[in-house]
Amino acid sequence: MRFNLIGLLLLAFSQLAWPAAKIEHWQTAQGSRVYYVRTAGLPMADVRVVFDAGSARDDSQFGVAALTSALLDSGAGDWSADDIAQRFESVGAQYSAGVSEDMAWLSVRTLTEQALFDKALATFETVLSRPAFREDDFQREKARTLAGLKHREESPGELASIAFGKALYGEHPYAHPETGIVQTVAGFTADDLKAFYQKYYVAANAIVVIVGDVSREQAERTANQLLGKLPVGSKPAEIPPVTMPSQTTTQHIEFPSSQTHVLVGLPGTYRKDPDYFALYVGNHILGGGSMVSRLFEEVREKRGLAYGAYSVFAPLYRQGPFMMSLQTRNDQTEQALGVLRKTFAEFLEKGPTDKELTAAKQNITGGFAMRFDTNSKLSDYVAMIGFYQQPLDYLDTFQSKVEAVTVEQIKDAFKRRVKPELLQTVTVGQKS
Amino acid sequence: MKHRLAALTLLCPVVLAHAEDSKVYEHVFANGLKLLVKEDHRSPVVVSQVWYKVGSSYEPGGITGISHMLEHMMFKGTEKYPAGEFSRIIAENGGNENAFTGQDYTAYFQTLEKSRLEISFKLESDRMRNLNLKADELKKELEVVTEERRMRTDDQPRAKVHEQFMAAAFTNSPYQNPVIGWPSDIANYQIEDLQAWYQKWYAPNNATLVVVGDVDAKQVEKLAEQYFAPLQPSTIKPVKPQAESEQRGVRRITVKAPAKLPYLMMGYKVPVLNSAKPEWEAYALEVLAGVLDGGDSARLPSRLVRGKQIAVSAGAGYDLTSRLPELFLLEGTPADGKTVFDLEYALLDEVYQLKNELIDKDELQRIKAQVLASSVYQKDSNFYQAMQLGTLETVGLGWQRADEYVAKINQVTAEQVREVARKYLIEDTLTVAYLDPQPITEAAKPKKLTGVHHAF
Repeated sequence: MRFNLIGLLLLAFSQLAWPAAKIEHWQTAQGSRVYYVRTAGLPMADVRVVFDAGSARDDSQFGVAALTSALLDSGAGDWSADDIAQRFESVGAQYSAGVSEDMAWLSVRTLTEQALFDKALATFETVLSRPAFREDDFQREKARTLAGLKHREESPGELASIAFGKALYGEHPYAHPETGIVQTVAGFTADDLKAFYQKYYVAANAIVVIVGDVSREQAERTANQLLGKLPVGSKPAEIPPVTMPSQTTTQHIEFPSSQTHVLVGLPGTYRKDPDYFALYVGNHILGGGSMVSRLFEEVREKRGLAYGAYSVFAPLYRQGPFMMSLQTRNDQTEQALGVLRKTFAEFLEKGPTDKELTAAKQNITGGFAMRFDTNSKLSDYVAMIGFYQQPLDYLDTFQSKVEAVTVEQIKDAFKRRVKPELLQTVTVGQKS
Repeated sequence: MKHRLAALTLLCPVVLAHAEDSKVYEHVFANGLKLLVKEDHRSPVVVSQVWYKVGSSYEPGGITGISHMLEHMMFKGTEKYPAGEFSRIIAENGGNENAFTGQDYTAYFQTLEKSRLEISFKLESDRMRNLNLKADELKKELEVVTEERRMRTDDQPRAKVHEQFMAAAFTNSPYQNPVIGWPSDIANYQIEDLQAWYQKWYAPNNATLVVVGDVDAKQVEKLAEQYFAPLQPSTIKPVKPQAESEQRGVRRITVKAPAKLPYLMMGYKVPVLNSAKPEWEAYALEVLAGVLDGGDSARLPSRLVRGKQIAVSAGAGYDLTSRLPELFLLEGTPADGKTVFDLEYALLDEVYQLKNELIDKDELQRIKAQVLASSVYQKDSNFYQAMQLGTLETVGLGWQRADEYVAKINQVTAEQVREVARKYLIEDTLTVAYLDPQPITEAAKPKKLTGVHHAF
């Protein structure tokens, strides 16, 4: 693999438009928003329910959102974890669930043959609306989570990203890792999960995304069936604004690895940010375009200092992280960090050239169709558009918004939003 | 719940009708290049992949990893398109590109908007024969590959275990070597080694061109004719068989590394589609892997993770499309308070049961249902479809096997699964590796250098 974004945990969703997918949207009787796209050609469908119940809702119980999500299919209604897995898999359905900072989602991929679809949906509905949170299931999954948290401590990259989150966000709900930390998870009870579930897994806090070979009428029935048994409840309060770090900091964590992992950044952009497109296109030139970017060129192609060198904006409801990253042989850390900082400083000062901007636009718009050429990718986009309440024509206008970005706008946006005097630097590796 | 099978039988004709509707178009040019095209008109995009019949299992000692090194060097330019141009041209055409190297293949790909397929052909045909291998470029790229090895293997305890495990399991088979190569070999590549490897394997008669997407097969053939047909073929000497020598007795190794959790890997020597006689044995092993690890309802998650709670994770692996005989893998992480030996015993007990009791109808039905459904889901991705055709062709099985897979799995019986378990999951060909976690000496405490530090 010539280049692979290993360790890029935060996928920055961005763009679309060709005769972009036709997203249909309505609300259920209980006020849940539904987003539906009909795709023909394969007898399959992806159904996803998303709640505003990600790790930013953990409060002081870091990891409670993630563990709640992990427990859902461990027992629901009268069924055990085995029963649930068998019901899905006997019809070839694939269930998954997870959390990000903002979202908790459950999804099922199923064939559309009626008998199979119905069984997959009935199982999915039970998992969603009647999870049992039985004590033995809870204890087992908690132990598995704790093992996962221990396992994380073997990885310099993981340790770096945890420290980086803390450096960027301090006391904000985005600061802690989604899976939590040992000190909090160890103290959870099954009742904590039940309470979290009852508060956040409610119809008023849900959106449904349906992409696949199902009719509008079937999509409506599906959404009603899925959410019909959930209490209406209410939307949670808005996630508090992010406070920018007060000053630049640098911290090193000693770790017996052969490479040092380097992360540099600060809280960046958010979903409805007026600067989003300028920052997105600018970053494509700085370090976002995977094999053609300044960071890749300076750090890897010219000097062979790292396998991966890139930068990313991960837009969330509030400012998600802007992160420049590389990993290099321990004794080259200062040199590589110097190249990264110099590359960034030059970009900040002069912005991109006209030629670079043209090339970036050609890359983004020319590859637009590939951003949602599968049901999987399309589901991700539709979920993003629905959850963050982007305009339904988001995909149709995306390319023109990219085209409209100027060199001046990029320079201006970066100067205002990525202040070098606020950058946070984290290194994990061996100093000596 | 005994009516599941009925539902599935009803489903088969419907799904299979869908599964069979896209034909693969094949054309072999006079110079030996094989073109495979699969039309998929759901999105206005196309994936183009060039597969070379060379990978780490073709490499002699002293230059292990050279296929992967050459993969990196393939981006370093030709007379016509100097270093950096390849990626720049693909990028300005909106394309995504990359490459990957495995034990049995090296492949290069671009995904593009459908009207830009020609760009891919123009560039790929050029670098198939005209690569400009320069010593100074190698020097830099060698550093990159060394960093890649540090990231993927040296600093990853489980990857280190896997590397040592393969080296212990195979004595003569080239599968004993890591795809990325041994550190000392990487450090000593010379530009002449790369030139010789390129000359030896990169030729139209050692390559398969696979195109999947919103295209017309006939037009793709015309375009390929224009760019690839003029390329000169080479004399390709078949690689030596390097058959694995017989293993007679269990092998156990321990790998120490800074880690927090123990880890276990086990592997039995098994045949693959290329070597299985009769062929059904490979499909039965595939079903066997499904019985153990085909989803959350399979035996390892339901019995070891949930039931006995001996493991926090456990899995099985088998790749029936390997070019050479492979390992049937079992791996896992013991639960807190359990050891790798407890987990090994539990896994051996599962093996024992597979040899002594027939799997039940429901289990077999679930695996077949998942295989059938997956055959539909996989068609969601052009890339995956191309990958399947390229792999089968490159390991010598032929792309036609893709169409047989579901039917062949469907023919597997519970008796056949028990039979391959009895025949192949035997202690004499077993290799076991344990990760022995060493303290991560420096407790990971942030050292404050400047500014503020928040403690959790």
